[in-house]
Amino acid sequence: MLTLFRPALVLLAGMTLLTGLAYPLAITAIAQALVPAAANGSLIVQDGSVIGSRLIAQDFAGARYLHPRPSAAAFSAMPSGASNLGPSSATLRREVAARRSAWEAANGGTAPVDAVTASGSGLDPQISPANAHGQAARIAAARGLPLAEVSRIIAAHTESRWLGLYGEPRVNVLLTNLALDAATPVAPAAAN
Amino acid sequence: MSISPSAHPGLYAAALKAAFAKLHPRALIGNAVIFVTAVTAGLTTVLALRDLAIGAPGWGVTLQLAFWLWVCVLFANFAEALAEGRGKARADSLRATKAETMVRLLAREDDPAPKPVPSSALRAGQLVRVEAGDLIPTDAEVIRGVASVDESAITGESAPVIRDSGGDRCSVTGGTRIVSDSLILRITAEPGKSFLDRMIALVEGAERQKTPNEIALNILLAGLTLIFLFVVVTLAPFARYSGIAIPVVTLAALFVTLIPTTIGGLLSAIGIAGMDRLVRANVIAKSGRAVEAAGDVDTLLLDKTGTITFGNRMADAFYPARGVSETQLVRAAWLASLSDATPEGKSIVDLARRLLPALTGETPDMGESVAFSAQTRLSGVDLPGRQLRKGAVDAVERFVGRSADPALRAKIDEIARSGGTPLLVAQDDVILGAIHLKDVIKPGVRERFAELRAMGIRTVMITGDNPLTAAAIAAEAGVDDFLAEATPEMKLDYIRREQAGGRLVAMCGDGSNDAPALAQADVGVAMNSGTPAAKEAANLIDLDSDPTKLIEVVLVGKQLLISRGALTTFSIANDVAKYFAILPAIFVAAFPGLGVLNVMGLASPQSALLSAVIFNALIIVALIPLALRGVKYQPSSAAALLRRNLSIYGLGGLIVPFIGIKAIDIAVTALGLV
Amino acid sequence: MHDLLGYLLFCAVLTAGGWALAGLMTRVYAAERTPLSPVFDPLERGFYRLAGIRADVSQGWKAYALAVLVFNLTGFVALYAILRLQGALPLNPDGIAGMPADLAFNTAISFVTNTNWQAYSGEAQLSYLAQMAGLTVQNFVSAATGMAVGIAVIRGFTGERGAGLGNFWADMTRSVLYVLMPLSVVVALVLAVQGVPQTLLGAVHATTVEGADQVIARGPAAAQIAIKQLGTNGGGFFGVNSAHPFENPTVLSNMVQCLSILLIPVAFCFVFGRMAQDRRQGWAIFAAMGVMFVLGLVVIWWGETGGTAVLGLGTNMEGKEQRFGAGLSALWAAATTAASNGSVNAMHDSFMPLSGLVEMVNMMIGEVVFGGVGAGLYGMLLYVVLAVFLAGLMVGRTPEYLGRKIEAREVTLAMLAFLSMPFGILAGGAISASVPAALASVQEAGPHGLSEILYAYSSAIGNNGSAFGGFGAATQWQTTTLGLLMLLGRYAIIVPMLSIAGSLGAKQRAAVTSGTFPTHGPLFVTLLILTVAILGALTFFPVLALGPIAEQTALAAGHSF
Repeated sequence: MLTLFRPALVLLAGMTLLTGLAYPLAITAIAQALVPAAANGSLIVQDGSVIGSRLIAQDFAGARYLHPRPSAAAFSAMPSGASNLGPSSATLRREVAARRSAWEAANGGTAPVDAVTASGSGLDPQISPANAHGQAARIAAARGLPLAEVSRIIAAHTESRWLGLYGEPRVNVLLTNLALDAATPVAPAAAN
Repeated sequence: MSISPSAHPGLYAAALKAAFAKLHPRALIGNAVIFVTAVTAGLTTVLALRDLAIGAPGWGVTLQLAFWLWVCVLFANFAEALAEGRGKARADSLRATKAETMVRLLAREDDPAPKPVPSSALRAGQLVRVEAGDLIPTDAEVIRGVASVDESAITGESAPVIRDSGGDRCSVTGGTRIVSDSLILRITAEPGKSFLDRMIALVEGAERQKTPNEIALNILLAGLTLIFLFVVVTLAPFARYSGIAIPVVTLAALFVTLIPTTIGGLLSAIGIAGMDRLVRANVIAKSGRAVEAAGDVDTLLLDKTGTITFGNRMADAFYPARGVSETQLVRAAWLASLSDATPEGKSIVDLARRLLPALTGETPDMGESVAFSAQTRLSGVDLPGRQLRKGAVDAVERFVGRSADPALRAKIDEIARSGGTPLLVAQDDVILGAIHLKDVIKPGVRERFAELRAMGIRTVMITGDNPLTAAAIAAEAGVDDFLAEATPEMKLDYIRREQAGGRLVAMCGDGSNDAPALAQADVGVAMNSGTPAAKEAANLIDLDSDPTKLIEVVLVGKQLLISRGALTTFSIANDVAKYFAILPAIFVAAFPGLGVLNVMGLASPQSALLSAVIFNALIIVALIPLALRGVKYQPSSAAALLRRNLSIYGLGGLIVPFIGIKAIDIAVTALGLV
Repeated sequence: MHDLLGYLLFCAVLTAGGWALAGLMTRVYAAERTPLSPVFDPLERGFYRLAGIRADVSQGWKAYALAVLVFNLTGFVALYAILRLQGALPLNPDGIAGMPADLAFNTAISFVTNTNWQAYSGEAQLSYLAQMAGLTVQNFVSAATGMAVGIAVIRGFTGERGAGLGNFWADMTRSVLYVLMPLSVVVALVLAVQGVPQTLLGAVHATTVEGADQVIARGPAAAQIAIKQLGTNGGGFFGVNSAHPFENPTVLSNMVQCLSILLIPVAFCFVFGRMAQDRRQGWAIFAAMGVMFVLGLVVIWWGETGGTAVLGLGTNMEGKEQRFGAGLSALWAAATTAASNGSVNAMHDSFMPLSGLVEMVNMMIGEVVFGGVGAGLYGMLLYVVLAVFLAGLMVGRTPEYLGRKIEAREVTLAMLAFLSMPFGILAGGAISASVPAALASVQEAGPHGLSEILYAYSSAIGNNGSAFGGFGAATQWQTTTLGLLMLLGRYAIIVPMLSIAGSLGAKQRAAVTSGTFPTHGPLFVTLLILTVAILGALTFFPVLALGPIAEQTALAAGHSF
């Protein structure tokens, strides 16, 4: 019995030390040394307090802000989640229709597809450029900024396809909104 | 002796009757696929009768489905019965030669007073005496005497053959008839175990054991049947989830159409027919395994004499010595050979007459003929005043007391190098010239070997000739390798070497000294005329004692495997169309959109179901001729064969049922059966 | 168009990478020196000495299989214990409690069998210790187990007669040390640079710009994600797996992970060719897998970029991330379902019906389109045995593969292994579609609900691990039945395949002649694909008709449920 299990027990113990402790701890040490900000969650700190992560969507409902994609998990990052509704789901059909009319009521024009569908993570930090520019007029009006300035900020935060082949063009909502706040003379607290 | 069903219309009736007899569960259980089909048919019948009794809607279609499921089972039985029937017809004709006779039993070899006993009472080891006109009672070995034996009852060859003791022609077979002289025989077969008995059992399929590949295939088919059982049984709850209630009869029909009934129904017929083809070629297989192994053979060891060349060397040319005219040489050779009865002698006479037509009309003074002897190694004729001799070069040189002139010497060497045998002709003390005797390659042999090569089979020529001669003949015949000055040990070594290299070896042999090699070879074919030892060591016995038969055996083995593989592929490929026929029929009521799967545009769910089941039954009967005849086999490389068979039976298996089911659907609808 | 060009470039890089890795792997498993030998050789020897292993002793198939089972059983017990006790163990900054018994059972089996099905949500139900010492370890060793079995099977098929299948302990150890570990370090660091967290600090509380509270989970994710992809595991650090911006923050991280998923399975094809000393054999299997992969990818891409008129959508973006769009989500779905990697970067439940069908078929055929590390190759060899047997007869010889005869024993074992897929999916699925306790897990009405059940059972038995996320897998019924099916799907194939390898390895190799059935070239590739399609996929045609096909036709008619 022992001869049978000895290799298994020893190797499992050895592998646990190697792959379960040494490996992740070594990666942690290297990552913390090389890229501490990224390794700790790409957090954004303002005035000493964490206001979010560059990579994690947070809800924006105010007219002054770019709105992120719908989240089936209400922007909870603990735990994350999606709607998992299938394409033939009547619920999804209703939700899409409701989001479409809400978006179009708020912004005018035709809602882009990413604005009416929930993201996979519920934490999608980005929206399509069409979605962002579709909201530009509303934001400009709410902030009293020229539309061109809002459009410029959006364009500055637009990423294009990698190698021209991979991924979709996208705009990071949180970073754009922070840039909008920085560009708007009025204090954000007063505006809300 | 070929027995085709068309020649024997009675076979059909008998097979039809047997098809019903085989419905007995004990007969069905041996074939998993068909047994399961029969069980399903039984279940369907019960349900159909219930529907009929309570007048449930659609009972007509249910009844028809049950009927066609039974037809499917019957067709499978019919195929097997037909194959067996053909064998039985041959067995009956063989049995006729096994008449009970009285034989003379000897107490010892020189027993002057033989005791008459019935032939069926003979045991192995007993001695009997047979005389002209007697039927040889059972398999035996000649221990004394020379006689000619008529083997036509077994081999179909009408010319009697010589059988004598001691040599490689000492074996006689039960059922043959002695036509001259008398023999003393030692019985070698126990009652019921003679070749004739084995042959009868073989053709009747009574002793048919499943071959290794057949067993493997049966496992595969049983596995597939089990998978489709899962598919069909679980379909009911899946459908219920989707709000569809599938009648049990529909599931039964789907099940039977999906399981590989085509190959399942024809598998044993293919096997029996394969054995029958072998028997018709006058070869007895001691096991089915040997026949399959023949299909796998990589290397064929063939005896030169009789297989590659005609048995004897023949005169090919005359080369006069310096100062001798060709006419003089030819005439001398002709005279020296006139009384020589050997094939070589005859061929010299023939060639001389062709070269000098004048000789034909001449009747020379025969003089006193001098026969060949082992001491002189010369033969010839003593005419008044002169002695003519022909013989081996050194023997003639010794006879005349001088050597051939240099030009002739060069010619002699050239003949030897080319694989021929040089003979010298001399008159008194003058060498007249040389005769070129050469092996004549049988017509078509070269092409045959090229075919074998294309199939990936190496041919190796076995000969007692010296390497020089052997090389020349090997080149002319187009064999891949040769074994010169072959001894039994060398043959055995060669076979072992080939086998160590991963090649399967087949050989044929007749002598006792071939026995070890025959036993070592993966496929050993013994000549029926050969010694009991050789026949015991071999796993196939050729009743015609024709060494080229080895090639036929290989082809029969391959054809057997190809037929199984092709029909299995066909059967499995059929499922695609059957899904497309039956699934929309089941689901379309709940999901009208699934009508898109009805690519055949079948008239109604009922007609689709019925058509698929009818097709399933009819395809079996349609393929019976193919199963019995075997898939056409053209010797070619494996890649070419695969391409051909995959496109015919794979692609055909995908397409044919679409057409067939559609056609049946049209007919079923037109006839108002649904 | 950019999607298709991108796919083409991806396939080229993948093929080149797999081909290069195969050279290294062949040397590793032949116990030859590799660049990393100076680093790991002493460690490897130390392991063997402590464990009492004689690495150069080749095992027969029974000994090999027994070693696999004993090692995996030990791993299961250890992982189960960690999951149950994590609340009392260190490295638990968020104070997560021990897992309930049935969920721990399911999770432990899931990781030991390389399925990595997630009935739990990582960030909410696992401590850092459980993630690292529990799951990450099994990510390594379950992958190494698959690789070792893959190599053992290759040895049986291709090796010298009677040479045995090799030594499981050595094959497993070398897989970790020389293949998985170095690649993981590289991938983990790339991911950390891209923004995947690698920290021992607990969740952070943020006050958002609009003043809401947001709890942001994080942890030592990069290290685990690297091995989850390379080992075709797929169990995510976070609940939404690689759709989570922390698991897969950028397009570059996505491409690196996508490559990692398929790299070792692709390399295995070429390792096979190298060890068979006939590289064409490896290319043939690669080509068959490649064709099926590309066909599947194109169908998914077509479905997702096309979207559905019912929702008034162009591209189907429900459940997808903006940075990936339809193109990279389709590539990921095709790659992961093909490679038995349960990770997702978009929600499969929300994919179009025919995309879901492709995903399911990839799993139903037994994860043989590249498949799990090692497992994909030995799974495909199962089909090769069947294809060679059927078609081999058609050339008039006893079927043989690489010179070894396929006879009754091999066919019996192959059918035995082959039966586990239809049995698991159809029987498991049918019961689940009937029993009320199981039906509670189904989220959707109509045919899509049936697809959810089918997907779950295909994923479990195929040891894939991804799910139609709407399917509530955390019920006691599902954790138990799916757990048992994961065991069946893993070991009911491993044991017969090792047995086939043992049996073939003991046979003399026949010489190759022009009468030999050719197992390379387009004809054989076509034959192999058709065998997979007809024997593997066709069995599931009826249920697929009731699920995704019915849903597709309903969508086309404008229905929703």
